Amino acid sequence: MISFRRIFAVAGKELIHLRRDRVTGGLVLGIPLILTLLFGYAINQDIRHLQAGWVDMAETQASRGLLQDAMASQVVDLVRRAGSTAELEMLLRRGEISVGIYIPADFERRIARQEFPYAQLLVDGSDPVVLSAVRGLQSLPVTPPRDLNVNHVIRASFELRPFYNPERRSAVFIVPGLTGVILTLTMVLFTATAIVRERDQGNLELLIATPIQSLELMTGKILPYIVIGYVQVGVILALGVWLFDVPVRGSLIDFLMAALFFVISALSLGLVISTLAASQFQAFQLTFISFLPQMLLSGYMFPFEGMPRAAQYLAELFPLTHFLRIVRGIILRGAELSELQADVWPLAVFFAVMMVIAPLRFRKRLD
Amino acid sequence: MAGDPVIIASDLTRRFGQLVAVDHLNLTVPAGRIYGFLGPNGSGKSTAIRMLCGLLRPSEGNATVLGTDIRGSTAALRHRIGYMTQRFSLYGDLTVVENLRFFASVYDLGRSSAERIEQQIERFSLQQQKNQLADTMSGGQRQRLALATASLHKPELLFLDEPTSAVDPESRREFWEFLFEMADDGVTILVSTHFMDEAERCHRLAILNHGVLVADGTPDRLKEEMAARVIEVRSPDPGGVRRQLLGAETVLDCTQLGTRLHVMIDGSQGDPAAYVNGLLKGVRYSSITAIEPSLEDVFVMATHHVGGDR
Repeated sequence: MISFRRIFAVAGKELIHLRRDRVTGGLVLGIPLILTLLFGYAINQDIRHLQAGWVDMAETQASRGLLQDAMASQVVDLVRRAGSTAELEMLLRRGEISVGIYIPADFERRIARQEFPYAQLLVDGSDPVVLSAVRGLQSLPVTPPRDLNVNHVIRASFELRPFYNPERRSAVFIVPGLTGVILTLTMVLFTATAIVRERDQGNLELLIATPIQSLELMTGKILPYIVIGYVQVGVILALGVWLFDVPVRGSLIDFLMAALFFVISALSLGLVISTLAASQFQAFQLTFISFLPQMLLSGYMFPFEGMPRAAQYLAELFPLTHFLRIVRGIILRGAELSELQADVWPLAVFFAVMMVIAPLRFRKRLD
Repeated sequence: MAGDPVIIASDLTRRFGQLVAVDHLNLTVPAGRIYGFLGPNGSGKSTAIRMLCGLLRPSEGNATVLGTDIRGSTAALRHRIGYMTQRFSLYGDLTVVENLRFFASVYDLGRSSAERIEQQIERFSLQQQKNQLADTMSGGQRQRLALATASLHKPELLFLDEPTSAVDPESRREFWEFLFEMADDGVTILVSTHFMDEAERCHRLAILNHGVLVADGTPDRLKEEMAARVIEVRSPDPGGVRRQLLGAETVLDCTQLGTRLHVMIDGSQGDPAAYVNGLLKGVRYSSITAIEPSLEDVFVMATHHVGGDR
């Protein structure tokens, strides 16, 4: 018989530990606060002010207009005027500029005849982020080029129209996902150390000699951290909305429901880690081993679609992958939770599987 | 129920790889008594206790604790036994009351728990420390708290694993008074120790050495039945006497206590005092007396035989 009294006794005791442990207690608020500010302000995929050189062979009103438009886009700062394409290439190679703009002498004639490309952009392709940023320049009204060097050339063909994040501000995209990333780290870490700590400090030997059952202990360990999880979600979301103008387009209740599924699956993963680790140090290591692939493959750092099939299948196993889709769906696209069911049930299944494994692995014996 | 043995172990064995921590232990612990496990470090006391609590599975053999086979499910048994671990295992960052409350809930004491906690606090004189964190208490206070917790749910059988090893003599004495009180209430107590004075206080005693039960009985009985005789030699040159005596095969052990020496002679000699006298030719001594063996002598003899050099 599962005793709720015992479950709540464990949960209450965990809360006392947290309250008495100032550092850990501080980190409950500190981690989301610091990481949100850091990620929100520092990580900027929205590249601006790239150093650019230019060669203007046409020297007409149209060519100067094009250069001004490029400047006005703020993507590039025109810093060096060069005399030839060769000089542009040299500047690129030396890293003095990231972008070269070449306007041929027959620029106006090409426009008049609609003879593509009108001009050429030479881009430092060694940084894919720069490359994708400059792609935006292609859509400048009157532009692009003739093939000179295939690697460096971008053709202007169509206009890019970003939906849902028209300003293309990174924070809008990063901050909602950050709730998932931070919770993956903190939630797993809390429970991963929860049982190992009892072992390290010698409490476990006494505890397993009592009538407490594994499932009661596990459930009791999870309960207080659900509350902590919501506190962290609240901090991140509040910072996102106030500081980074993240729009919450969907229902907040839907989002909080989804967060519950995600929080309990992360916590249960921590419990399993806790039953695998022999010391707190091992628990830390295992947590990071589980965290890094989630961070890299979930679609948070790199687009999911760009990954190889095998990596995609692997990523489908991670709670973070599904939570990111849910979060972006609800917060950025205004989707309803019911529309995102395909990503909700994997979280529930993950939680159920972990809650079976953890008590099974945790034997109430010392051997 | 009285008179029925509380613990019956037969050939109880536990191996850790090559090491045999407990080796075919046969044991009968009667109810309502204080039963001592005496043995040096590493003699298998803790391992035996852990098996009897159901925390370790025996590699071989079996034991019945309060009628429950320890190889099977011990879930029901856990309500009836109390366990005090060797290392302090309550929560250091919880207060006395919080620790007691937690374990009261774990043992599902229900409505009576608040009252019971008050009782225990009073009984083990922890009123002053009620709201003190366990980590900040003295060794003696912590042991009292651990005992209060282990007996919170009124167990019939208490396992205490070296409960007083980190406690000053005054607190130890006090601790044993609590144990006798509980034994008077009918609780059976199995306590391990390496202190002779504590072993002397037990109703019954088992001496363990290298996992083997080497002696078992009441302290008086063990002394009476000791196979060796003890001779006390006083000498201005105890070192010389010791060297001289240890050369003889019949001398089992020789322990120096200041200017006195306790010499253990195997039972084969009819008049051991005269025998020692004969051995000590050419060494200065002032007296040779046959004395009653102490429990320490019993212990030295018992642990000497098996693990010793012969």
